[in-house]
Amino acid sequence: MTLHTPSTAAELAAIVTEARRARTPLAVAGGSTRAGLGRPVQAAATVSTAKLSGITLYEPAELVIAAKAGTPLREVTETLAARGQRLPFEPMDHRRLLGSVGEPTVGGVAAANVSGPARINLGAARDSMIGLKFVNGLGEDVKSGGRVMKNVTGLDLVKALAGSHGTLAVFHEVCFKVLPVAEAERTLVIEGLDVAKAVAALSAALGSPFEPTGAAHVPAKGADAARTLIRIEGFAASLAYRTDALSKLLAPYGAVSVIDGEAGLTLWADIRDAAIFSDTEEAVWRISVPPSAAPALAERLAPLAPRLMLDWGGGLVWAGIAIGSDAGAKAVHAAAKAAGGHATLIRAPEVVRGSVDVFAPLATPAMALQKRIKASFDPDGILNPGRMYRGM
Amino acid sequence: MAIAFPAPRADVLAKRDRVIAALKAIVPGEGVITEENERRAFETDALTSYRRIPMVVVLPEATEQVAAILALCHAEGVPVVARGAGTSLCGGSIPQEDAVVLGVAKMNRVLDVNFSDRTMRVQAGITNLAISGEVAHAGFFYAPDPSSQLACTIAGNVAMNSGGAHCLKYGVTANNILGLKLVTVEGEIVEIGGGALDAPGYDLIGLLVGSEGQLGVVTEVTVRILRQAEGARPVLFGFREIAAAGKTVADIIGAGIIPVAIEYMDREAIHICEAFAKAGYPLDVEAMLIIEVEGSDAEMDAMLARIVEIARRHDVAVVKESKSAMETAAIWKGRKSAFGATGRVADYICMDGTIPTGRLPEVLEGIDRIVKGYGLRVANVFHAGDGNLHPLVMFNVNDPAEQVKAEHAGEDILRLCVAVGGCLTGEHGVGIEKRDLMREQFTEVDLLQQTRIKTALDPKWILNPAKVFPLDAPRDETPRAAA
Repeated sequence: MTLHTPSTAAELAAIVTEARRARTPLAVAGGSTRAGLGRPVQAAATVSTAKLSGITLYEPAELVIAAKAGTPLREVTETLAARGQRLPFEPMDHRRLLGSVGEPTVGGVAAANVSGPARINLGAARDSMIGLKFVNGLGEDVKSGGRVMKNVTGLDLVKALAGSHGTLAVFHEVCFKVLPVAEAERTLVIEGLDVAKAVAALSAALGSPFEPTGAAHVPAKGADAARTLIRIEGFAASLAYRTDALSKLLAPYGAVSVIDGEAGLTLWADIRDAAIFSDTEEAVWRISVPPSAAPALAERLAPLAPRLMLDWGGGLVWAGIAIGSDAGAKAVHAAAKAAGGHATLIRAPEVVRGSVDVFAPLATPAMALQKRIKASFDPDGILNPGRMYRGM
Repeated sequence: MAIAFPAPRADVLAKRDRVIAALKAIVPGEGVITEENERRAFETDALTSYRRIPMVVVLPEATEQVAAILALCHAEGVPVVARGAGTSLCGGSIPQEDAVVLGVAKMNRVLDVNFSDRTMRVQAGITNLAISGEVAHAGFFYAPDPSSQLACTIAGNVAMNSGGAHCLKYGVTANNILGLKLVTVEGEIVEIGGGALDAPGYDLIGLLVGSEGQLGVVTEVTVRILRQAEGARPVLFGFREIAAAGKTVADIIGAGIIPVAIEYMDREAIHICEAFAKAGYPLDVEAMLIIEVEGSDAEMDAMLARIVEIARRHDVAVVKESKSAMETAAIWKGRKSAFGATGRVADYICMDGTIPTGRLPEVLEGIDRIVKGYGLRVANVFHAGDGNLHPLVMFNVNDPAEQVKAEHAGEDILRLCVAVGGCLTGEHGVGIEKRDLMREQFTEVDLLQQTRIKTALDPKWILNPAKVFPLDAPRDETPRAAA
């Protein structure tokens, strides 16, 4: 297995150009903490962004930061935190769920469009990505977007590439818009709700003027009751006011208690990272649906005896299901589709990921469009072949 | 005229009768417009100095009709210019003589409102304001609010990735769309996304939003709707020095405060808008900020106290808080009518570059120098929080030489925006207006990657031709299918 570690964009472009000339596919790697996500890639060589590292621009007053793709995410978040700022989309750290080691990178977060609980209010990674430099499957060094947060000049390749899992291009620099860290945050808790009541409570909170940045439901475990959780952020006085207002609004669903400080941070990091599955062996699915469809989805999944956790007000359902031969793939995809959403297999042994649909199967016309996009970036199928869909 | 149109193709014009007959078979009744005096209504958009009467106009009422129209035009090789309300400031919907204008304005129904999921499905021809109007009774709204929101359609908003004054907090169109029904140029109907917060596969919604009608025609849209804040209050800040206004903006954001909107107007814009809207703007200042905050009364008081304190550090001359809903409406009426009010004083072209906000003072000086160099006047209104500039370069449309000067001044301003690290267009789009400037911002390879996508989704390049890309932009042959 050859490992390429270019230290400049030109070197990266040369490596991809040569791979294309030789028709030898490349696996694309950042920190490899998400290497176990997606279908297995068959490639004789890997190109790593590890040596493309460093923050290239940070203007706190303009709410913008740019870094080379191999920059450890931690370097970016620590640099931002030192100036009281953050990445708005609260990226999940997959290491706990996947049992992987190493450092998540900026490029990996962008390539997998990794977003966390705050997505419900502050957008996904793709919404914060404002500029991208990349090498496509033809070995060309291309840029799209830039460093200003409002930019509609030309086609928005940044969003087309966010979440493309290295199958369209190898990123070498990413620019994000950022936000200030809130002065304080607080979590409101209601205990003992079932999925249907939890989604109704979360929906009431998200339909209020109080702008929750987290809306999750964690199942009962042992002696601990199920907990329905709503996170709000802002100035201290504002939080006190909003706590009162939300408690009144949510009174029909149960008594509201409050979690502040370190305990709240830990709680949301656990939700972000789907930590309830970190010490188990089951297959883990991430199912994205309209929130009100979550209870029906839970019912459809019941024959698989899943453990469920809800984020995004019910719009993101994490399901732990026995691995078996296919991790319940057919049933899960069918249930997600019936609920008006789609499922992705986030954790399963390689042999399972190689044999089932890891990403949701698409109808023929939609798949045809996907193939046209793939062909316009990587016509010879050089980059991460098969990572998302068989033969693409 | 400075912007070139391709010569109408004789082979297309020769098919006119056949195309019209086929269109009438698809859209019965009055949906096919052939008379010249009626077609003339579609000859331009808000870039009114350019106009071309289209070959025929068709106004379908259903997605299946759109699909049949596109299949027909694709088979015949006839250009198609999709059109919402025709409010584009960059000529994004200006037709050409050999084109079919496909107007979606008749497809303007609300299909579904879902308050528990906070989503709404609409047909693409509905106006931006009608979407919010549909859910206002329940305290909800659709966030992107371009100044033309009374007239402009969600179809056009999706095509141009429209913004507005409040996108500092709520984002632009791309951040507020969850689903699209797309008709491909071949006439295939594809559902993308829907009620969930993300969709499987590559982010086609992200690619299609802002693609200016180059990649397909959207007939239905699923938007996010949000609960309105408990209250909103704009405050006017007048400054004697332009730089002080810029520093105030930087310090507010630096202090961790993100207002809903930070709008900047210069002396010329203040006077023009005040004369029109009687909003109570201060007239003896060089620069004015409208800063809006949201929340409960106590929350707004607390946030405004911090903002006022920052402004005072920069010697703010006037601070004027809105005391009533009427005053709030007047303050925003003044700002949102900036383009219309300027139009009463002079003809103008409206530029739309974005710059890094830290470069604001020097760019303002640069704009002043550029415009004076051509012997013209400029009024500046900006979305200061995100660096999106709207210099309005004024001229007399009856003086062709002055129009050319104004266009050159506009181009020089956009070159300046790119030179300081910004871009050609923040929310209006490229259209025909900025098409020939694309090489200021993009290399040949950058453009080639974009045109490859164009070719992949529109192999004959019949969709909204001669827009976005320079006429001589590099193109590949049709890419092969992925291995």
